[in-house]
Amino acid sequence: MLRAEKICKTFFPGTINEKRALTDLSLHLLPGDFVTVIGGNGAGKSTLLNAVAGVWPVDSGRIVIDGTDITKEPEHKRARYIGRVFQDPMLGTAAGMMIEENLAIASRRGQQPGLRWSSSEAQREYFHGLLKELHLGLEERMTAKVGLLSGGQRQALTLLMATIKKPKLLLLDEHTAALDPKTADKVLDLTREIVEKDKLTTLMVTHNMRDALRLGNRLIMLHNGRIIIDVGGEEKKHLGIPDLLAMFEKASGDVLDSDRLLLG
Amino acid sequence: MISVLVPTVAQGLLWAVLALGVYITFRVLDIADLTVEGSFPLGAAVAAALLSCGHGPLLSFAAAALAGMLAGVATGLLHTKMKIPALLAGILTMIALYSVNLRVMGKANLSLLGTDTTFTIVRKMLGLDMAQTTLAVGLAVVALLCAVTYWFFGTEIGAAIRATGFNQQMIRAQGVNTDVTVILGLLISNALVALSGALVAQSNGFADVGMGTGTIVIGLASVIIGEVLFGTRSFWNSLLSVVLGSVVYRLVIAFVLYLGMPPNDLKLFTSILVAVALALPLLKEKAGLGKRRR
Repeated sequence: MLRAEKICKTFFPGTINEKRALTDLSLHLLPGDFVTVIGGNGAGKSTLLNAVAGVWPVDSGRIVIDGTDITKEPEHKRARYIGRVFQDPMLGTAAGMMIEENLAIASRRGQQPGLRWSSSEAQREYFHGLLKELHLGLEERMTAKVGLLSGGQRQALTLLMATIKKPKLLLLDEHTAALDPKTADKVLDLTREIVEKDKLTTLMVTHNMRDALRLGNRLIMLHNGRIIIDVGGEEKKHLGIPDLLAMFEKASGDVLDSDRLLLG
Repeated sequence: MISVLVPTVAQGLLWAVLALGVYITFRVLDIADLTVEGSFPLGAAVAAALLSCGHGPLLSFAAAALAGMLAGVATGLLHTKMKIPALLAGILTMIALYSVNLRVMGKANLSLLGTDTTFTIVRKMLGLDMAQTTLAVGLAVVALLCAVTYWFFGTEIGAAIRATGFNQQMIRAQGVNTDVTVILGLLISNALVALSGALVAQSNGFADVGMGTGTIVIGLASVIIGEVLFGTRSFWNSLLSVVLGSVVYRLVIAFVLYLGMPPNDLKLFTSILVAVALALPLLKEKAGLGKRRR
């Protein structure tokens, strides 16, 4: 479903701040794959997601989604295929617009907006049903401005917005990192529910090893812009955090900066 | 005082069209667009030039709006494609328009004395006095433009423009080209501003190359006064607030002039008014903190 071939990205090339963020990184996701991505600070996790989302062009390599080469497409065109949830709960929604307005925009993701009225009665009923499934009571507050919601509610809404029109690829960029642990767990459960229900191909960056092991059918670890660990299937199911740490030290010859990666 | 009430409210309505334009950039797009200072006299110049050549009001309004749209697009292209900060992009267009406006008029001031304008035509049709005519035209134009603006920003494109103002990252992730929505917003805003210029020129009986000076501050004053006094509960509520804000602004100006303030100090007064209004949220917060500490 997603095929990244030898993508490279260097930030600030030719300056003293030059940073090779991705080095010949190749990754192939099968339809329905739910891949968790972990790695230390500056390993290239978010850079990988931004490269796929098209926030900036990659220096070299190819990115293909479901057979379409999107390497040269700008961010807003790739939105046709990609649903995204960001780390910052503020980024995924328009705070000054109503919940139903945000959903109406998301339900047209990737389509050219026209001069039709933005929301309709039939749509509202549909949104009501979807919001009800979140069990957050948002279905009773559809005309409330999103800015009034809590961080967790906003992330849940963003998740719904990213998937309301089934994406070929779902990108989750540490989408629970800014939430308190309890809310984070709720949003993760919701993530699992939605991904499983729609069999979405998903790439989820997390700083939490436990979550990375608990969710998804495959795990990759990045280090210095390369994939150094890639485990899937049965092997991943039986993997524990100590195994992962040992694998990391063996693969990188380095000790993990555990103050950034949550072990528990 | 009563004798100036009708003409003052009427002026407020003509300027309300400018305030609506400023609202679209300042609040909806979250951009302080200084193009206004050039597109307001541009609308006036285009309308006055056409009217004095004997063309009708409808054509002059259409041409003024079109000219305003082009001005907005110019700023939009400078901002989105050339990555020039919005404030500077607006200033560049504004300065360029000064020359354009002189070209359109052929001189610095174009009188409409003895020329048929919207107001003289409507006055003849309805048999009202000039102040009442201005009020009637102002009401009709503002009602029409509010309705059109409300409809447009409720459509899919309009919703995308509003979302762009709140969160560009979000709307890009939803597949919208934010360059296009920003340019469209500036286009609509400056079309309204140019229409306001065309109305004010016809009401004053002349177009002047310097009539744009301070218009952005007048627009901001109207937006802020309206929002504070009449609320921002919904988009429709905000539009009405902006219109009423423009009327209240004119009443305030009429009142301070009546109290004896020299007209030359008006711009100073307006600037201070806007500065205070913009600082109000911060001042409130500080006052609140002080109370809690006590």
